[in-house]
Amino acid sequence: MLTAILTGFLFSILLIFAGRFIKGKLSILASLVPLGLFVYFTQFISSISNGEIIMRSYEWIPSFGVDLGFKLDGLSLLFSLMITGIGFLVFAYTSSYLKGHEYLDRFYGYLGSFMGAMLGLVLSDNMITLFVFWELTSISSFFLIGFNNTNPASRKSALTALGITGIGGLFLLAGALLLNNIAGTYSISEMLTMSEAIRGNEFYFLAVLLIFGAAFTKSAQFPFHFWLPGAMKAPTPVSTYLHSATMVKAGIYLLMRFTPVLGGEQIWNTTLIIVGGFTMLYSAFHTIFRTDLKGVLAYSTISALGILVFLTGLGTQEAFLAAAVFIIVHALYKATLFLVTGIIDHQTHTRDITRLSGLNKIMLPVGIAGILAAISSAGIPPTLGFVGKELTYEASYHSESLVIFLMIAIVLTKILLLYAGFVAGIKPFTGKLPEEHSNVKMPGFIMWAPPLLLAILGVIFGVAPFIIESALIKPVVTSMGGDASEIHLALWHGFNLVFILSLITIGVGTALYFIIKPSKKLEEGIAKFDFIAPENILEKFNKLFIMISNFWTNFFQNGYLRNYISIIILFLVVLVGYIMVGNTRFAIDYNSLSKITVYEITTTLILIAGIFYTVFTQSRLAAVAAMGVVGLSICLIFVFYSAPDLAMTQFSIDTLTVILFVLVLYKLPKYLKLSDYKTRLRDGILSTIFGLIITTLALEVLSEPVSKEVGDFYAANSYIEAHGKNVVNVILVDFRGADTLIEISVLSIAAVGVFGLMKLRLKMKDRRRYADTRLSEENENKKQ
Amino acid sequence: MEILLALMVGILYGSGIYMMLRRSMVKLIIGIILLGNGANLLIFLLGRITKGAPPIISGDAKVFAEAYADPVPQALILTAIVISFGLQSFAIVLVKRAHTVVRTDDLDEMNATDEDS
Repeated sequence: MLTAILTGFLFSILLIFAGRFIKGKLSILASLVPLGLFVYFTQFISSISNGEIIMRSYEWIPSFGVDLGFKLDGLSLLFSLMITGIGFLVFAYTSSYLKGHEYLDRFYGYLGSFMGAMLGLVLSDNMITLFVFWELTSISSFFLIGFNNTNPASRKSALTALGITGIGGLFLLAGALLLNNIAGTYSISEMLTMSEAIRGNEFYFLAVLLIFGAAFTKSAQFPFHFWLPGAMKAPTPVSTYLHSATMVKAGIYLLMRFTPVLGGEQIWNTTLIIVGGFTMLYSAFHTIFRTDLKGVLAYSTISALGILVFLTGLGTQEAFLAAAVFIIVHALYKATLFLVTGIIDHQTHTRDITRLSGLNKIMLPVGIAGILAAISSAGIPPTLGFVGKELTYEASYHSESLVIFLMIAIVLTKILLLYAGFVAGIKPFTGKLPEEHSNVKMPGFIMWAPPLLLAILGVIFGVAPFIIESALIKPVVTSMGGDASEIHLALWHGFNLVFILSLITIGVGTALYFIIKPSKKLEEGIAKFDFIAPENILEKFNKLFIMISNFWTNFFQNGYLRNYISIIILFLVVLVGYIMVGNTRFAIDYNSLSKITVYEITTTLILIAGIFYTVFTQSRLAAVAAMGVVGLSICLIFVFYSAPDLAMTQFSIDTLTVILFVLVLYKLPKYLKLSDYKTRLRDGILSTIFGLIITTLALEVLSEPVSKEVGDFYAANSYIEAHGKNVVNVILVDFRGADTLIEISVLSIAAVGVFGLMKLRLKMKDRRRYADTRLSEENENKKQ
Repeated sequence: MEILLALMVGILYGSGIYMMLRRSMVKLIIGIILLGNGANLLIFLLGRITKGAPPIISGDAKVFAEAYADPVPQALILTAIVISFGLQSFAIVLVKRAHTVVRTDDLDEMNATDEDS
């Protein structure tokens, strides 16, 4: 099973090296990959329909409880067959649709990795693996939507889709971690056995919300639906494959997979019914206002996904059955309609529904496919669509409460979807052929065969539903936690309320098709309400976010050194000050302090005078000299308080610094008074408070007892171990010799840097500019 | 004397920060030097000051006979002084070089990496 999943990825990797072979006439061979996988999965049908569940597990990260656990049951099998089966047709179709495209190999590479990721998603039994594959599908979808990467609209749609589904992926990861916390395992099959405990847990509500967040974003439920119409910027095979038949159903898959674990509670069912119900009605209604064929199909896909969420929410046996059938119905007719749209686009170079009619005169097989798909989508017998619709109505009719509302919602949705299906499948192939399309040619066999095959399958399954009944439908219902033994699919359900509703649906929908003609006016009409559409609200939010981030960054990272320092100091002052207020005790033992002599008073006064002179003088030279005085006073303090080595060092270093300063000083500009009075006052206040805080801090520390343990150790061992009598020296060159060595290295590096800056010559460019400025300065001086 | 020293440490810190907040590069360096002196003095003070008893073993003795100043803060400060000299000298030369290239001492005019801004 792992091999089957990896095949898609291996195929893409292979294309990196063998891509140029696939670009030419051999491109059709690429479709052998999904075909092979399809055949591989069909061999499991018989064992799965006997109720078997095939498990495979490979160790991955056992310490985290993460393994490559795969599970093939009814639900996964249905999805795997759809992924590989429709994948095969789409791969084949692409070879003709993108014939001779410069990046055909790249396209196949994306499709291949998507197929691998999607298979991994539906087969994973471990939530972490599920998450990884989930994200991989989002990423491959991103590349496929943005395939026409020279088109800005494509890139934007790709980013939107990645953003929305990426957020959903994070929800899934959070949900996985939370469920692991509750259940103690990442394995979904193990969670199945402790459904009761999970539902009783206090974090159940949060877990459900996270899973919903993941499913609703991936499956384009309101208010996250808007990325899907945008995703139609992708080439049509992608729309067929990812954004209608498989990837967008990953959210539905997740909900179905977790129905037996998390389902059955009020919050689960009600939320799904409300969100699904609203989405299906809202987007079915939207199809009326679209003139782009793919726009119509995008909104009807969202609506179909809404129906599936709605059915999952109903939570009854009948609803599971209806959902299982509807997945197949939808995959068959919607993929057909997309492929047909792709052909129309490819041959006539337009998808504008108002300009398309009568194409059956040119491409009859395509027309047959389109019309059959439209009939299946409308739920007209003898298609599988009819079976699906009957089951859906029955499930809603038998729901526990609010039957009337649910029935109205589902019937209205179905009427509108019928309209959408007719517009996409029948309108282009009936009526008069417009002049502009008279030169359109019949597409090749490889293009029209896939949609026709899918459309015909829709009819065959409708006439003889027993073909898929025990093979696919029953195992899916079992996977969702239902009892499948009583299920019996049939085209004719008898004459009852549901049948009457079906007739009404077909009648009203057909009437609608003849009354409402798609037009630009309608499309413009709905555009007026764009400002309350979720995508625009999101866009505004994005802009606001960027604005705030901009403000935030520019406020703190403004490029002015002194602002950085002010903020750091202010922060420190506020934080330390806040702690110190109330905690300061001033509990110094005055008797322990050393006595003050006249020398010290004098030194202190000189020091203070030196500091203030350094700060306030107008002359650079005076400032540097005063700084030297400050250094020498400190040197004296060291002398008074038993630190002769420090005094020596301070003395020499201070002298050196002053000399160096004076040496380069004559090249520096005059001291300029750059700040105004206000700024200086503000800085002065800040510095004073900071200084006060440091003083208080020092006094507080002085009142605490001190330990001389480390010092005593060095003092005791200085002569005995290291044979030196000056303890400070011994520490530096012996006990901590390695540190001193590193210090010397740092100094050498600084010396090299100084040398470089002093001696190395400017680059030509800089030298010229230097000369220019010199010249202009001289000229100015002359003028004066 | 400790209180006096603590006060001086505060003054050194305050004036150091004040100088660092100026727009002139020369003042920035002076500020760093003042701040460094303040920090050294602070460490020295917090290690407790002792008068007239340097940590040097006298005469023929092998260990200290009487009280002595703690050598550890002194060793730390000695290192700090030397390292800060490396920093200061580099900064001074860097300022000089920067001034040669961009012809300004005003930090506000040096806040972009682009040449023409």
